Amino acid sequence: MRLKGAQILCEGLLREGVEVIFGFPGGTVLPLYDTLPQYPKLRHILVRHEQGAAHAADGYARATGKVGVCLATSGPGATNLVTGIAGAHLDSSPMVAITGQVARAFIGKDAFQEVDITGITLPITKHNYLVTKASDIARVVKEAFYLASTGRPGPVLIDIPRDVFVEEAEFSYPENIDLPGYKPTLMGHPAQIKKAARLINGASRPIIVAGRGVTISDANTELKELAEKAQIPVVTTLLGIGSFPEDHVLSFGMLGMHGMAYANLAIGAADVLIALGMRFDDRATARVSDFAPRARVVHIDIDPAEIGKNVSVEVPIVGDVKTVLGALNKEIAVGSRLDWIRHVEQWRHEHPCVLIRESEKLLPQYVVRSIYEATRGNAVIVTGVGQNQMWAAQHFWYTKPRGFISSGGLGAMGFELPAALGAQIGCPRETVWCIAGDGGFQMTMQELATIVQENSPVKIAIMNNGFLGMVRQWQELFYKRNYVGTPLWGPDYVKIADAYGIPAVRVTQKDVVRSAIKQAMASDGPFLIDFSVEPEENVYPMVPPGASLAEYMEAPQECVAPVDSVTLPASNL
Amino acid sequence: MNSKHVLVALVQDEPGVLNRVASLFRRRGFNIDSIAVGHTETPRTSRVTVVVDSGTGDVEQVRKQFEKLVDVTKVSDLTEESIVARELALIKVKATAFTRSEIMQIVDIFRANIVDVAADSVIVEVTGDEDKVESLYQLLRGFGVKELARTGRLAMTRGGLGPLPVEETEAQRLKKPRP
Repeated sequence: MRLKGAQILCEGLLREGVEVIFGFPGGTVLPLYDTLPQYPKLRHILVRHEQGAAHAADGYARATGKVGVCLATSGPGATNLVTGIAGAHLDSSPMVAITGQVARAFIGKDAFQEVDITGITLPITKHNYLVTKASDIARVVKEAFYLASTGRPGPVLIDIPRDVFVEEAEFSYPENIDLPGYKPTLMGHPAQIKKAARLINGASRPIIVAGRGVTISDANTELKELAEKAQIPVVTTLLGIGSFPEDHVLSFGMLGMHGMAYANLAIGAADVLIALGMRFDDRATARVSDFAPRARVVHIDIDPAEIGKNVSVEVPIVGDVKTVLGALNKEIAVGSRLDWIRHVEQWRHEHPCVLIRESEKLLPQYVVRSIYEATRGNAVIVTGVGQNQMWAAQHFWYTKPRGFISSGGLGAMGFELPAALGAQIGCPRETVWCIAGDGGFQMTMQELATIVQENSPVKIAIMNNGFLGMVRQWQELFYKRNYVGTPLWGPDYVKIADAYGIPAVRVTQKDVVRSAIKQAMASDGPFLIDFSVEPEENVYPMVPPGASLAEYMEAPQECVAPVDSVTLPASNL
Repeated sequence: MNSKHVLVALVQDEPGVLNRVASLFRRRGFNIDSIAVGHTETPRTSRVTVVVDSGTGDVEQVRKQFEKLVDVTKVSDLTEESIVARELALIKVKATAFTRSEIMQIVDIFRANIVDVAADSVIVEVTGDEDKVESLYQLLRGFGVKELARTGRLAMTRGGLGPLPVEETEAQRLKKPRP
């Protein structure tokens, strides 16, 4: 069957199970857009800026586990994708980005809207392709989806010149993939697994640190089995949130710079640390030379280059977390470590990091907690970056995988709104809450139009403190309150929402928080709440930059007192 | 202790692969001392020999990152192996009627060749390990070196099977009894 390049691309996308493309048209992708109506199963979602397309594809991928697809034209279209691609790369999110390129004869001539996007994205993609003939498209699409979704997932970019879209070629979709340089190791080495089991069985103060890899490999059940069988406390990284139910008695929250004090203390005391699908990021480890100083480390990760990169490891196991844990759990002895668990539990009582202080003011933590209560935790939370992100991580109990979506590695403000859109498109039945700061929201708020055009019922909570809050917090704590560049004027977000046809309310008083959230939940479509929160509220605990995990700062003591009627979730065990 | 590491990689012969390799070393903070690329016995496979200084970082880490590139099949660190390592240099030396014979004598001692003779210069071709090339270059500098071009190091393990998969496959193929 002879088809044009654009048709071959669409045929390939269909065969890879693609249902949604987040895109923005332009000159070099016109032949592709001309072809799209022939493939009604490919739903095109028109974003308002290509950065939104990449973040939305990323949000879609994180919420569903499927490959997210974004599409842009050459030149500025392609460069606008870059932030979103980098975010997907650092957080191992499966994505295929398709860009148009100037016609082959113009490549290298500095033609109109020409950029070397494969060159630009070389360090931020898992792999990328410049397709030079239509007959290559089928193979490249097959390989791109395979690369994006297997092993350690990541973004793959396909750059297609305009004239290749219209060139005809014989179409047959390849059945096999021939990539001699790409063979991810799935099975862990049996001897290493035995060694890890011996180490864990002999441990008296073991701790599990679960990262995003647990959810990527769908190893949540296996993780729970390991923790329960051997009675090991579990802490997670920021992106590992939801990989282990946070209402579980063995769950001790998030570690790291804004992690729970008890999680960080447990890391410091542990004699064996089992790291699952995580990469010892500096925000998680704090000063790495003092990270888990007493622990012998077992590191299970699918990416061999992560082993020993930041932390020296006694038992490395390269493999898929689910497969490796499946084998490891068989070797693990049923254990009772009540003393150790009581010890960590004691720290939790002494350092109640998730208590919200008694205050008549509208505290952002209280807003997050109220969303938790209104949704009963059954929601997908998509955050911005900064204080709102940390409060959303701390004051909401995530009990299922893929319920917390956040730009972790890149920390890209502006991720929240388009990623929430992507998550909602991918999971139409879920309640999706976008928890934004007023800074990040202003970076990509044009995607409100996309949300309306798609009638996507995203609920938006803006934690409006009139500051770039996290940077302000650093200025307060480490730069003598020298607030430079952080006080932030913003528009009237209720009027903004109104202009887009989105119902919205402003909340300035604590006592109407819950009713506003209920109103939002009762609304069929999108809804926006502008919460005028306490402007100079800080995120605690905090490990100062350059300090070790043990040197966390807690909220000033006089502020800490139990909040009204918050009930801690009951345990499962 | 030798801080120079010799990494040998087999890579798919795709456009831009050298760019991927060079970019990786740059962004991981490594200085490349030399890099040499050429075809191998297997079609569509090229061999890249990179010499890096371990003083600039953890070589095992960069080897693993190198191997992660999709176009790269295998990367071996040959530093600790028993290897043959060679580089080639072309040295254009000023030569007059008075100095030419002395230059030729030195070239003979080093088992190098003179591959071009002009009225006022000669081009010397020398192959050997880095020390040999360096020594000859230092000697010839006394006559005035007008131009120097070096290939960078090539390396191969001695004897039997190499650590690289294509060589193994090739060897296994040869071992098979002929029908």
